[in-house]
Amino acid sequence: MEEHTQHLYEMLSKVEGYIYPNEIELQWGIIIVLYPYLTGLVAGAFILASLERVFKIKVLGPTYQLALLTALSFLIVAPFTLISHLGSPLRAWEIMITPNGKSAMAIFGFVYLWYLLAVLNLEIWLDYRRDFVIWAKEKKGFMRGVYKILSLGISDISPKAVRLDDRLGYIITLIGIPSAFLLHGYVGFIFGSIKANPWWSTVLMPVIFIFSAMVSGIALIMVLYMVVSFIRKVKIDMACLDTIGKYLFYMLILDFTLESLDQVHRIYEAEESFDILHMLVNGKLYITLFGFQIMLGMIIPMISLGALQIFKAREQVRKTIYLSTGLMVLVGIFFMRWNVVIGGQLFSKGFHGFTNFKLGLAGTEGLFMAIVWMILPFLILAFLLWLLPPWKKQMEA
Amino acid sequence: MPAQINRILLLFFAFIGLFLIVRHFLIPESFGQYGHYRGDSLIENAEKDKIFADAQDCHACHSDILEKLENEMHAGLSCLICHGPGRTHVEDPQLGNIAKESGMEFCGKCHDIHPARRGDVVFQVDISTHHTEKTDCIECHNPHALWEGME
Amino acid sequence: MAAAGTLLLSSVTRPFDVLLMASDPPPEEGPWWGIGMDIHLCIGCGMCAKACKIENQVPDEPFYFRTWVEQYTILNNGEVKIESPNGGIDGFKPSFEEEEIFKTFFVPKMCNQCAKSPCTQVCPVGATYDSPDGVALVDDSYCIGCGYCVQACPYGCRYIHPEKKVADKCTLCYHRLKNGLAPACMEVCPTKARIYGDLRDRESELVSFLREHDYQVLKPHLNTGSKLFYNGLTAEIS
Repeated sequence: MEEHTQHLYEMLSKVEGYIYPNEIELQWGIIIVLYPYLTGLVAGAFILASLERVFKIKVLGPTYQLALLTALSFLIVAPFTLISHLGSPLRAWEIMITPNGKSAMAIFGFVYLWYLLAVLNLEIWLDYRRDFVIWAKEKKGFMRGVYKILSLGISDISPKAVRLDDRLGYIITLIGIPSAFLLHGYVGFIFGSIKANPWWSTVLMPVIFIFSAMVSGIALIMVLYMVVSFIRKVKIDMACLDTIGKYLFYMLILDFTLESLDQVHRIYEAEESFDILHMLVNGKLYITLFGFQIMLGMIIPMISLGALQIFKAREQVRKTIYLSTGLMVLVGIFFMRWNVVIGGQLFSKGFHGFTNFKLGLAGTEGLFMAIVWMILPFLILAFLLWLLPPWKKQMEA
Repeated sequence: MPAQINRILLLFFAFIGLFLIVRHFLIPESFGQYGHYRGDSLIENAEKDKIFADAQDCHACHSDILEKLENEMHAGLSCLICHGPGRTHVEDPQLGNIAKESGMEFCGKCHDIHPARRGDVVFQVDISTHHTEKTDCIECHNPHALWEGME
Repeated sequence: MAAAGTLLLSSVTRPFDVLLMASDPPPEEGPWWGIGMDIHLCIGCGMCAKACKIENQVPDEPFYFRTWVEQYTILNNGEVKIESPNGGIDGFKPSFEEEEIFKTFFVPKMCNQCAKSPCTQVCPVGATYDSPDGVALVDDSYCIGCGYCVQACPYGCRYIHPEKKVADKCTLCYHRLKNGLAPACMEVCPTKARIYGDLRDRESELVSFLREHDYQVLKPHLNTGSKLFYNGLTAEIS
């Protein structure tokens, strides 16, 4: 407490202009920046998977299960970021028991559960059900029991049953697409519906969140596919990778257009909040916005990926570009979330001044905690890839 | 019905059923009484401890001071401004268990000259130059009878 | 989609319930509390902010306020300077030379007790609410400390209590109000710059204040239904 108070006095001395006295401390820090980032990756990865399943883009086949399992790994970790942020985390259950229908945040409980259980888990189960039955027969001992439980006690893998699995999976994915949009879109609405904060309050916020989510999800799968193939020492299906690169390029253009539209509109209308926001963007957010979000996260990837659409390049060159742009995009989208969440709290709602944000290292809201939440999904993914290996799926006879 | 659909529906309804049962036990009793909140909270908020007394409490015993103040510029001010919350004294009236703030700094909080204070709202003095040989305003000004003993 | 459908349905069944998402209607009987503030009368003594912290056991540090006083100074060159050192509790020392000053005045701030509170609208669990008599309150044994209400208040009235880890705000001293006592800040205001009252009582001090003065609320374009009416609110005050 003492240290915390000391920290606040320090921040008080660095206030620029005038802020309302209660605004000295940012309520939402890096952990809250992480939540939209993680759910965005979930939604984006799922949309990529649905391109294969619903839109029948078969060339994306090699990444289908990888995308689903990645989505699941990140979805499992996402609520921990929220719970660790709460002032009273032991009361987190209240959001499920008495959700306030007027609050966008209350949607979390039900959308999350719906998406986790009815969409993602169901789709993965239907896709792997046949394999569970086969693996249950092949394995011995403990693992045999695990697969038996996963098959939920059903052992029918006749062609008719498998066709039904496929049909059901198709329907679930179809429902899953708007569900994914809702899962991440509501987060955008959480910010977009706050009229008190002009940096957040825009109709485009849920839309921007969804499109940047798709960008980040596609980039993640692109990078993961390359990394997993490298670890397994298998050849990458370049047709698949090229297609992912293509979709990433298109999504980047859409996302960039939407974000630019938001800013151009804001600059053109120049209403009450414009002066302070102008100072915000050119001051405290200069590096994270122009440097990381726009240049690193969008402009350079768009140029690189765009060049690949026009010019033919050798496989090695293409792989290098995909890996580097994928990583750049992932960093850029993280900073997009940063600029929204942190940026929105740096200026006073009276529009007369700025507070400041110093990222702590330790503590439940610190950088180390954020790193833990970022690494955990990859560990879970590694486990899932071991338990449900996509490449060991038994092909139909 | 095919086995998969059977199993899925079973799990689905079991989950919902379990959720509803748990919810029934967890939802606070008075929730929803007046709106989407715990009705008991309204009562809890209304029954929090009061720290400041009420100026009426002072008038019950100290009506003589009230009379003295009647024609003064300090008339109408709540006693609690200078005498603090006064709760202890009201509950157990004794000599000395009530605050009696005074001093240039304290009286200056209202009366020190300041450009943002309107002259017709409060009487202002520059406390940095006003009778600097004295240490406390009450040496000359009785707060309940401001000009007592002056020409 | 569900929200849009509900909105559509409600618009058919209750066509004038435009305030579906945001407000609670005033009660049919009983008081409907409001606040009046006269900027011309505020002398920046800070007694209000000090009394509030004592009455409501608000932490002493200068980062948590249920009410505070701001000083606005408009300089001759047009610049607007605002300050609120420790919320005004220790008073204000003049910070500019008189020759530089065009105008200067004090503006007290507190919870606006909005009729269409954006803060109670966003609470995910129902831990903050508007009482039937129009006071926005917090249920501190139910609040999860998510901070959404703090983000949603356009006036900066809320904070997260550093020890209880729940949201906290001005309650118009509800515990005093319900016993016929004035809120602590108003009890100790020497100039009656702050008043409170029942907006439905035509004889009340507050309603007379509204009748006699040209009143305005902060950020009217946000349609919060603020029940804190200022006399003397000028263009630079936000």
